[in-house]
Amino acid sequence: MARYLIPLVIFVALSGVLFVGLFGDPSDVPSPFIDKPAPEFELPRLYQPDQTMSRDEMLGKVWLLNVWASWCVSCRQEHPVFMQLARSGLVPLYGLNYKDERQAATTWLEDFGNPYVASGYDVKGRVAIDYGVYGVPETFVIDKQGVIRHKHTGPVTYEALEKEILPLVRKLNSAGS
Amino acid sequence: MIRRILWLTALLWLPFGVQAKEAEYVSGNPEMHDRVMDVSGELRCLVCQGQSLADSHSEFAVDMREYIQEMIEKGMTNREVVDFMVERYGDYVRYRPPFKSTTVLLWFGPLLLLGIGVAVLYFNILRRKKVITETPLSKEEQRRAEALLKKDESGDSQA
Repeated sequence: MARYLIPLVIFVALSGVLFVGLFGDPSDVPSPFIDKPAPEFELPRLYQPDQTMSRDEMLGKVWLLNVWASWCVSCRQEHPVFMQLARSGLVPLYGLNYKDERQAATTWLEDFGNPYVASGYDVKGRVAIDYGVYGVPETFVIDKQGVIRHKHTGPVTYEALEKEILPLVRKLNSAGS
Repeated sequence: MIRRILWLTALLWLPFGVQAKEAEYVSGNPEMHDRVMDVSGELRCLVCQGQSLADSHSEFAVDMREYIQEMIEKGMTNREVVDFMVERYGDYVRYRPPFKSTTVLLWFGPLLLLGIGVAVLYFNILRRKKVITETPLSKEEQRRAEALLKKDESGDSQA
């Protein structure tokens, strides 16, 4: 009798494994970057090309770095979330404008609103590679010491903002300076 | 008719004029090209999945190869370049997974499955040998079998 049950047991086990596999996201590559210092960078600003934006400017505060581009469709999806965040003033949001044209990028911000304190203009995408970015949008939470604490791949939703990002920002802010 | 055949034969030569193009590279130096391709063959193209950086024509891969070339020009060894990428993108970026405690199953899983298969087969054969015992035919059975065979040979079977 037991020998007839074996195929059934194997079938059920295999189905279970495959079923769980359905819910994984194959594009979700775990970042080895968490709790490592954010790479140093210095980029011209999107709006003021003669001024630079660098990681060290932000030392001493918790901030978000959002990689975006005007050609990126899902960036438009997360954009209202960032507009709301900018209005709330809970945490400063900086942009990393990835492989874009200056004109297209500024037009995009004028059309949809500009939630960024400033955006660095990364036309060759080198800073993005330094940050381990392989798709836009991606968002990093960086603490007062310049250490990466969280990385969100793909568009940030209201839910991700409320449940993951903002609680972490609050925790990091209350941690000693 | 002959003209048509001549035409078709001529057309058959067409594909030889076309050459497969390798992924493009920035520098014209073939040695540098080989090294960039060596290193990028070790790295996964994260946006394509299942392709190495050397095989992909995606913009991401082209950027990465440019960056790799710059690093090599700065004097970094192949290993250093791969380590640089692993630092940023994790072990997943290696096209050949490293041999670590977490990847033992990945490396030896197939061998393990093969071993289990062989063991199951072996014990099955052993068991079967015990079940099948040869029972010789009795006299009566022997006689009937011969009769049947004879009947078939004589050609009057009614099958």
